[in-house]
Amino acid sequence: MTGFEILRFAWGALRGHRLRAGLTLLGVSIGVAAVVLLTALGEGARLYVTGEFAALGSNLLIVLPGKVETSGSAPIVGGTPRDLTLLDAQAVLRRCRQVRRVAPISLGSARVGYGDRRREVTILGGTPDLLPVRHLEVEVGRFLPDIDPDRAAPVAVIGRTVQRELFGAENPLGKPIRIGDRRFRVSGVMGGKGTSLGMNMDDIVIVPVASGLRLFNQTSLFRILIEVGAHEQIESARQEVLAILKLRHEGEEDVTILTQDSVLSAFNRILSALTLAIGGIAAISLSVAGIGIMNVMLVSVSERTSEIGLLKALGAAPGAILRVFLVEALLLSASGGLLGLLVGYGGAGALAHIFPALPAWPPNWAVAAAILLSTGSGIIFGVLPARRAARLDPVTALAGR
Amino acid sequence: MIELRRLTRHYQVGDQTVRALQEVDLTIPDGDYLAIMGPSGSGKSTLLHLLGCLDRPTSGSYRLDGREVGSLPEADLAQVRGRKIGFVFQFFHLVPRLTAAGNVELPMVLAGIRPAERRPRVAAALEAVGLSDRADHRPDQLSGGQRQRVAIARATVMSPSILLADEPTGNLDRASGHEIIDLIEAMNRSGLTLVVVTHDPEVGGRARRVVQLVDGRVVKDAPPDATRPGAPAGAA
Repeated sequence: MTGFEILRFAWGALRGHRLRAGLTLLGVSIGVAAVVLLTALGEGARLYVTGEFAALGSNLLIVLPGKVETSGSAPIVGGTPRDLTLLDAQAVLRRCRQVRRVAPISLGSARVGYGDRRREVTILGGTPDLLPVRHLEVEVGRFLPDIDPDRAAPVAVIGRTVQRELFGAENPLGKPIRIGDRRFRVSGVMGGKGTSLGMNMDDIVIVPVASGLRLFNQTSLFRILIEVGAHEQIESARQEVLAILKLRHEGEEDVTILTQDSVLSAFNRILSALTLAIGGIAAISLSVAGIGIMNVMLVSVSERTSEIGLLKALGAAPGAILRVFLVEALLLSASGGLLGLLVGYGGAGALAHIFPALPAWPPNWAVAAAILLSTGSGIIFGVLPARRAARLDPVTALAGR
Repeated sequence: MIELRRLTRHYQVGDQTVRALQEVDLTIPDGDYLAIMGPSGSGKSTLLHLLGCLDRPTSGSYRLDGREVGSLPEADLAQVRGRKIGFVFQFFHLVPRLTAAGNVELPMVLAGIRPAERRPRVAAALEAVGLSDRADHRPDQLSGGQRQRVAIARATVMSPSILLADEPTGNLDRASGHEIIDLIEAMNRSGLTLVVVTHDPEVGGRARRVVQLVDGRVVKDAPPDATRPGAPAGAA
C-alpha cells in the first residue's frame, strides 16, 4: 500500500464521520491559532517598545555624572563625583571625531508664571542641538538661539500643555514669563510629542543650558546626550568619550555612559521572555487537543472493528493497518494545524490592520513550534489507537466484537 | 491444494478449554466444491477461519499449495490471505463509504498493485458478477443480492486459489440466494476451489462433497446423497 493510497483511504475514513473529525480539527486549530495569535501579540509589543526606543536614535550615548558601581569600602570623605560640566561636553565634541552632536542637559523644577497664572513645570536646559538629538519639533516660533552655551540668554521654548494652561487662546510668542524669580521671553512652542521615556514632553519649558544651571544654582549637568555618526561606531565612541572625560576628571572614571543599545536589549530580553511564556501557555491547549485526537481515534477504532477485520481478511498486514490509522490521526492534526495557522495569521493581520502602531506578526519560531507540536501530538496520540487496531485478532474483529 | 493433518484448535475460555476442532484430516484438491455442515458450535466457523488463515491451529499441519502456513507470522499470513484466499461473508462486509468499484479495488490497493493495472481488473470482476452498471453505487444503494455479488467480485479480483464462503445466502431471500450460489458455482466450474460453510441443507446439497462436523470432529465426508439419504433427488 503506497503512501498516497494510505492517505486517500484515511481521508475517506475521516469523511465518513465528518462532525467528529471536524470538532477534533477545531480543537487542534484553536490551539495552533492561540499560539500564533498570542506570540504575534507579544512580538508586536516587543517591536512596538523597541521601535519607540529606536525612534530616539539608536546611535545615542548618554553620559551621567557619577559611577554606577558598588565600591569595596565606603568612602569616608567626599564621595561626591566631580561635576559634569559644559566644558566636558564641549571637549567631547571637539576632541572625539566620531561624535556628530552633543546635547548637554540640565534639569530642574520651577514655578512658571504668566500674568496671574502659575504652574509647576519641569525646566529643561539645553542647546539648539537638543532638537535633532532627541528628534523634537518646534510647532510655532523658533527653538533656542544658537549662542555660546555659556551665555544665559533669557529665552524659553514652552511645551503644548504649558502653552494651553498659561496662555489659553493668547499668542505666547514674544510674551514674558517668569521662571522662578527670573524673567524669560517665549520664543517658540514645541510640537506635541507626548510622553517620551517617562518624561511628559508637553508639560515642559526648555531654556538655554547656562540659564537652566543658573536658575537652579547647579554646577553639574543632569546628563550629556551624544549622537554618534553611525551605529557601528557606538562602542568605540563610548570608549573614546570615556577616555576624554577620565582625562578631564584627573584620571578618575566618575561618569557612567549608557548606550541606547543596552537599554534596548534589556527590553528586548524581557519582552521576548514574555512572548515565550504566553506561547507556552497557549501550547498547553495544543496538548489538550492532542488528547482529543486520541479519543476520537480510539472511538474510531472500536467503531470500525469489523472494517479492520475485513482489511485483515483482504490481506492487510498489521503494519498497513497501523499506518492507515496513524495517517488518519496525522491528517486530523495537520489539517487542524493548517486551519489554525490560517486563523492565527488572519487574526494577526487583522490586529495589525486595526492597530497600525502594534506590528502584531507571529515570530517564525512560534509558527514552527506550533506546526511541530500539532503534528507531533497527532503522531504521539495516534500511536496508541493505531496499535490497538493493528493488534486486533482478525476473527474477533470480523465478528465486530 | 489444501492438506489438513491432525488439525486441532483449542480455546481457553476462563479456566475451561474449548476443543473447537480436534485432529481434523482433510484434503481438498484444486477445483473441488466442498460444503462444511454441522450444528451450531460444531466447529464449522473455526475450520473456515483456519482454512482462511485468519486463525492459527493449536497443533497439526495446514499445507496450502505445498507450503506449511499454520505457523507463519501474522504479516506473512496476511499476504497469504491477500493472494490465495477470497472471502465471502454472510453480512457482506462491504466498506460503506466506498463505491462498488472501490470495494472491489480494495484487495489490490492493499497488495500494492498499480492503479493503471487495477482499473481493468475491477471492471472485469464487476462484469463477471453482472454489476458493470452499478460500479459507482455505494453499498446502501444496492440490494442484498447485489451487495453479495460485489463481495464476490472483491473476493475473486486477486485471482485466489480458494473461495471461502461463510453462509453466503444466510442474509438473502431465496431468489437472490440462488443467484449467488449459481454465480459461485460458475466460478468453481472455471477452476476455483469453493468451500461453503452453511446451515442450509439445500445449499449444502449442491456441493460435490459434504463434510459433516460434530463437536469439532469430521463425522462424515462424502457426496451429498450419502450424507442426506432422505434428500429429494434433484433438490438442487
